[in-house]
Amino acid sequence: MANVLINAPKSVKKGQAFEVKTLILHPMETGFRPGTNGTIIPRNIIEDFVATYNGVELIRLKLSSAIAANPFVAFQVAVTESGTLAFRWTGDEGFAIEQSVAIAVE
Amino acid sequence: MRRLALVVLAVFAATYAFAQTADKRRSGYADMDASVQKMQDDDTANPAMLWVQEGEALWGKPVGSANLACADCHTPARLGGMAGVAARYPAWSPALGRAIDLEGRLQLCRTLHQKGPALADESRELLALTAFVARQSRGQPVASPDDRRLDATLRSGETLYKRRQGQLNLSCAQCHDDNAGQKLAAVTIPQAHPTAYPLYRLEWQALGSLKRRLRNCLIGVRAEPYPYSAPEYVALELYLAKRAQGMKVEAPGVRP
Repeated sequence: MANVLINAPKSVKKGQAFEVKTLILHPMETGFRPGTNGTIIPRNIIEDFVATYNGVELIRLKLSSAIAANPFVAFQVAVTESGTLAFRWTGDEGFAIEQSVAIAVE
Repeated sequence: MRRLALVVLAVFAATYAFAQTADKRRSGYADMDASVQKMQDDDTANPAMLWVQEGEALWGKPVGSANLACADCHTPARLGGMAGVAARYPAWSPALGRAIDLEGRLQLCRTLHQKGPALADESRELLALTAFVARQSRGQPVASPDDRRLDATLRSGETLYKRRQGQLNLSCAQCHDDNAGQKLAAVTIPQAHPTAYPLYRLEWQALGSLKRRLRNCLIGVRAEPYPYSAPEYVALELYLAKRAQGMKVEAPGVRP
């Protein structure tokens, strides 16, 4: 079960910057740790995070093994028209999660 | 002269009385870095809220042969219906005839009322449900019940807390009573008040129960930790809850 927390205002003022915060449940297994039997636990991380607004890319992150579990990403954005803020996390072992929230411009 | 001496004595007595009654207890929260405090206070940045969210989903899901969800008995199901409950545990269970903690209570509901299998100790589901219930007591004072049936458990908890153990031959009290506030390497030794459990520990990169934290300490003094089902944990949890009586619940907390 994908477990995601997204915090973004439902309505914003035109052109005024607001903060978007995302938190996702993920082990971010580094791929460098040996397991109990001495063999390396295979890497399992989120590789990409992309946020778009009405299809326009806002931010794209390349995550690495050095990022802690349950990555928290926050960024600021300003929009001029109402629309949909969409997020996509993709990673190892076919991990792919999409979530979106609607934002209304007053 | 005599009057002056009396006044001095009265002032001294008053200060002494104040020093005796002033609450010197402090949560581990107070010794944390400001950035970690901020993380705990902001529900949208507190990673433990991922478990709370999952717990809320599990709360409404029917389980076991009785096909009952937690929400079917405990209404309203929304956040707030179980306010103050977590603050009262560990408590006496007449059904089992012994003291149980919040996890034990959830397990009892599962096996007794929902007629389903118990959850694995420290499993994600159990932590999620515990976090969901505990979150609803945030801000409330710890209210460990004044129940005579708990006396024996409380006494054994106190004995365990004060007993030296492990290869390092240390008791809980030696660090958390005698040396609280001092440094253990770079870390400030907390007073060990269990007000934020279950909590997200940055070191664990996950949510963990008070039992897990107690196991940590046991391993730290090089004692063999009890199995998760051991009554020793509940006894210690009860004693710690009594020590923290009246302090504010901050669950689910964040610790470094």
